[in-house]
Amino acid sequence: MLLTITRHPVLTRILGAAATLLGVAIFVFIMLRAIPGDQITAGLGTEAAALTPDQRAALEAYYGLDQPLLVQFFTWLGNIFTGNLGFSSRAQESVLDLTLQSLPVTLELALFSIVLALLIGIPLGMMSASKPDSPRDAVGQVVGLAGLSVPAFLLATALLAILASSFGFNPNGQAFARLFENPALNLQQMLLPAIVLGFGIAAPIMRTTRTAVLEIRSNDFIRTARAKGIPPRRLQVKHVLGNALVPIVTMTGLQFGYLLGGAVVVEQIFSLPGIGRQVLLGIQQKEYALVQSTVLVIALSFVLVNLFTDLLYRIIDPRVRAA
Amino acid sequence: MSDLTQAALAPGGGRTMERARALVRSRSGLIGLILIAMLTVLSLFSAFGWLPYDPIAQDPPSRLQPPSSTHFFGTDQFGRDVFSRVAAGVANSALIAVVAVAVAAIIGTLCGVIAGFYRGVSDGVISGVTNVLFAFPPLLLALSLASVFNRNWFTIAMAIAIVYVPIFIRVTRGPVLSLREIEYVKAATSTGQSRSRVMFRHVLPNITSIIIVQVTLSLSWAVLTEAALSFLGLGTPPPAASLGSMIFDARTLVTIAPWTMIAPGVVVVLLVVGLNLLGDGLRDALDPRNRGKK
Repeated sequence: MLLTITRHPVLTRILGAAATLLGVAIFVFIMLRAIPGDQITAGLGTEAAALTPDQRAALEAYYGLDQPLLVQFFTWLGNIFTGNLGFSSRAQESVLDLTLQSLPVTLELALFSIVLALLIGIPLGMMSASKPDSPRDAVGQVVGLAGLSVPAFLLATALLAILASSFGFNPNGQAFARLFENPALNLQQMLLPAIVLGFGIAAPIMRTTRTAVLEIRSNDFIRTARAKGIPPRRLQVKHVLGNALVPIVTMTGLQFGYLLGGAVVVEQIFSLPGIGRQVLLGIQQKEYALVQSTVLVIALSFVLVNLFTDLLYRIIDPRVRAA
Repeated sequence: MSDLTQAALAPGGGRTMERARALVRSRSGLIGLILIAMLTVLSLFSAFGWLPYDPIAQDPPSRLQPPSSTHFFGTDQFGRDVFSRVAAGVANSALIAVVAVAVAAIIGTLCGVIAGFYRGVSDGVISGVTNVLFAFPPLLLALSLASVFNRNWFTIAMAIAIVYVPIFIRVTRGPVLSLREIEYVKAATSTGQSRSRVMFRHVLPNITSIIIVQVTLSLSWAVLTEAALSFLGLGTPPPAASLGSMIFDARTLVTIAPWTMIAPGVVVVLLVVGLNLLGDGLRDALDPRNRGKK
């Protein structure tokens, strides 16, 4: 009985994700220890050299640096589980509070970008697949190639410069408006960054859609459905697209990582106070506790999204559920 | 990836010319090849110092000049020649991307082959590390690693290499898992050859097409990553020319001196487009299902 529960694919997947997260925590911890200096030199800068050995020892005891590495690691991990992500001395706020403010901004941006990408990528992919090697297909392929090849920072900088100078449209020049405080301005401020990120992930979604649709269309059941007299539009949406959803969902889930990484660049350019900008600020100001915890939060959300995508195609695809 | 696995499983070799012809015959492969050849020549010019101007020499009197016969791509806010800087930037990007991908491909392939061929504990450890590295968004991981190291072109290449090692592990491990069950590999093992000999003589040569395609595509990502890092100020330190930092510097100048952004922007896009097309072309050329087709 117990054995059948522990072998359940969903549970195995969840346990795997947990193991990966533990590995992520160890990796982040080691990476921080690889940086020359420690919390004391990071906090005090060059003044740390003026500390007497006694003062240094007292500070080391305060930060727990005199403990063995393994103890330090588990103390840190324990703190994270209780919500203590550290303190940012520049912002004079706890990292948890900072993250609670910045994470929703990035999630909103990610959601917008994914919706835009699906709205561009799926129709474009279906258009390309509807007549392979035609001018129509070429247009789709070129747009896809451009999405893969134009760096997000280039597109963002160019868009911002052109729109601001030629049309005076620069909502991101104003202070950031939160979604529930000033929805109209917030949506304007999200528009350009979401277009930039959405264009980038529309390309792989377009390519995946094209390949999947071409492959599915050659199946016998499509010919049977067509022979039964199902209208072409219904055939396209229900039979072709319905079956293409599994690879499309997988690809979209994978692109979430690109989104979180791309968010660093795009949030910086458009002055959005999201989680990517928080990492960059931490790196620039050498606030390692901030970097460490934020990177961990980002990796956590990435692992959770992958887990969620995995579980999602159990719902979309009955064959996976049975396996 | 299944097409490539198929390619890997077909015993091959000795068809290099046929594949090269298939690459040139495919439109995307040919365009990619031409683009990359042109940019390679440009970066070689920079490497040998055959540039019209020193890419970091400032000349304040001739600052922000539009493109002309003396300055092909104009000059920037310090009077530096944009053409020479773009050429030096391409050389810098190419150096970092090639070193990063070479290191990632060697370590990743070795780990992937060991994990797939020996299975057991080594597979568990290698796959575990792969999963952990995959849990980080690629650009974020490169960014964090670059901030840890003392920055120069080599440490940036290493930061990018660490990000791409798991991709090579994942891409090689799967095909090796299927290869070890194939008759000719089993036959080689049963004739008493050592396991490492079987691995290098019979398994590795059969996944080269997968590695070649992955190398090309990874090069385009590596160029993009390096450009993004230097755009964010975490790449090659100034005053050395880098395409990303040139675009960053140009963002305030774009209305008065658009050439400062257009030149590095167009070149970085051409570089990535070239590598992507070459990768697509190679994939088609190396896929056995396309053999004999036009």
